[in-house]
Amino acid sequence: MVVEQPYISVRDLVFTRGDRLIYDGLSVDFPRGKVTAIMGPSGTGKTTLLRLIGGQLTPDQGSIVLAGEEITTLKRPQLFELRKQKMGMLFQTGALFTDLNVFDNVAFPLRVHTDLPESMIRDLVLMKLEAVGLRGARNLNPAELSGGMARRVALARSIAMDPELIMYDEPFTGLDPISMGMIVKLIRGLNKALGLTSLLVSHDVEECCGIADYLCLVSGGKVIGFGSPNELLHEGSDEVRQFLSGDPDGPVPFHYPANDYREDILAGGN
Amino acid sequence: MLERLQLLGRKGLSSIEALGSASLLLWHSLSWGGPGSANFSDLIRQLFAVGVRSLSIIAVAGFFVGMVLGLQGYTILVDFGSEAALGTMVSLTLLRELGPVVTALLFAGRAGSALTAEIGLMKATEQLSAMEMMGVDPLKRVITPRLWAGIISMPLLAVIFSTVGIWGGAFVAIDMLGIDEGAYWGNMQASVEFYNDVIKGVIKSIAFGWVVTWIAVYQGYASMPTSEGIGKATTQTVVISSLAVLGLDFVLTAVMFGGV
Repeated sequence: MVVEQPYISVRDLVFTRGDRLIYDGLSVDFPRGKVTAIMGPSGTGKTTLLRLIGGQLTPDQGSIVLAGEEITTLKRPQLFELRKQKMGMLFQTGALFTDLNVFDNVAFPLRVHTDLPESMIRDLVLMKLEAVGLRGARNLNPAELSGGMARRVALARSIAMDPELIMYDEPFTGLDPISMGMIVKLIRGLNKALGLTSLLVSHDVEECCGIADYLCLVSGGKVIGFGSPNELLHEGSDEVRQFLSGDPDGPVPFHYPANDYREDILAGGN
Repeated sequence: MLERLQLLGRKGLSSIEALGSASLLLWHSLSWGGPGSANFSDLIRQLFAVGVRSLSIIAVAGFFVGMVLGLQGYTILVDFGSEAALGTMVSLTLLRELGPVVTALLFAGRAGSALTAEIGLMKATEQLSAMEMMGVDPLKRVITPRLWAGIISMPLLAVIFSTVGIWGGAFVAIDMLGIDEGAYWGNMQASVEFYNDVIKGVIKSIAFGWVVTWIAVYQGYASMPTSEGIGKATTQTVVISSLAVLGLDFVLTAVMFGGV
């Protein structure tokens, strides 16, 4: 699918880890100002794609252009500058700094990157914490937070510098329904309120179809489907539909490849 | 046979690779400044964690080592009727050799392992990745202040170790064995030279502080982000840095005190 005004444009991406080919000529565009969910079977390298876009990994070949900048050839200082200005990332575990409390975690990027007076940092931090509903938890330590709360604090921290792009790595994993509902609401709400471009890596078909403008299905190192949830559910290839409806058998077989069952049984122990 | 040769080759290659990435880490993190670089208060915090918190173990160990040197030295020197030289023996042994070396070994066990575990755990919980994605270079923010804290505190700890050790020796010699106080301190004062003994010992301890902290931060930074990986990295820190200290000690002694 051709996207007008892509915010991120990935072309002919090849990436190997050890002997394993993770991406084999992957090309995809992520539209500006939308929520795009990257989905696919376990081990396809969805998180790897986020890390490639964030410049934490370098591809073997191909280009990744983010907001007009070619990520793959940026020098270290420029890459850090780009991350500071444009990117935010929410890690699966939250990745809060364990030696800082909630307030200081959210204040961390502001204190490091700006010379704002402490009174203004306080106001900004409280605004971000209010947005995720945790203003009252500002004095807690990360160890005292539940998984859902930690992720919300991490979300407040990742929007502290007002990024243009926010990447969510498995944001729904291991959350109870209420916390999941909160995160879903926040992802959608922040995207709209701040005009963000959001990338979301997840397995959760139902939640993703609910909040994503576009789904990008990745399997076998390539994009096998890109479009709105509705389009893919009705017009996607068999493999795409199998994934989205969770059928145990289909183009992706239930059985690991093996020789004939009958022959195998009759062969006995010989 | 061929398999063993291949294994040897692979191990050799991976050690060279590790040495290369450790050197790169050192290169990037020695200088201050850069994206989200640490500030002076971070250095002070690390000096406290690495240096001040090692103080008690260093002081206690120094006192005992000094006492043992006093006792052992006495039994040797008394046979030659030269027990008055005990102060000289204790102080030179500590200042030139045992002070820097034992401090470095204790430092590797106390502060080095803690550094590796801390950095390894930060990596395993994605705190370092999170920092990167915020535009903060973890090498500058996390590694630089820890590296410098180790390099600065190690010689200070070694000097404290030697000082307390000399007091320990004096306690045994003067208070327990009845050696003349004037002879103990006077002979020491007459034979210990500031440059040749004190400064050379300090130079050794700076080199050890450098090596131990470098190994510790590298092991943490390069550790496998699992509980097993962190455990292994912590052990590696203590083993490799202890061996490196002892090997380097021989080289520095040969260069500075001659004879080779």
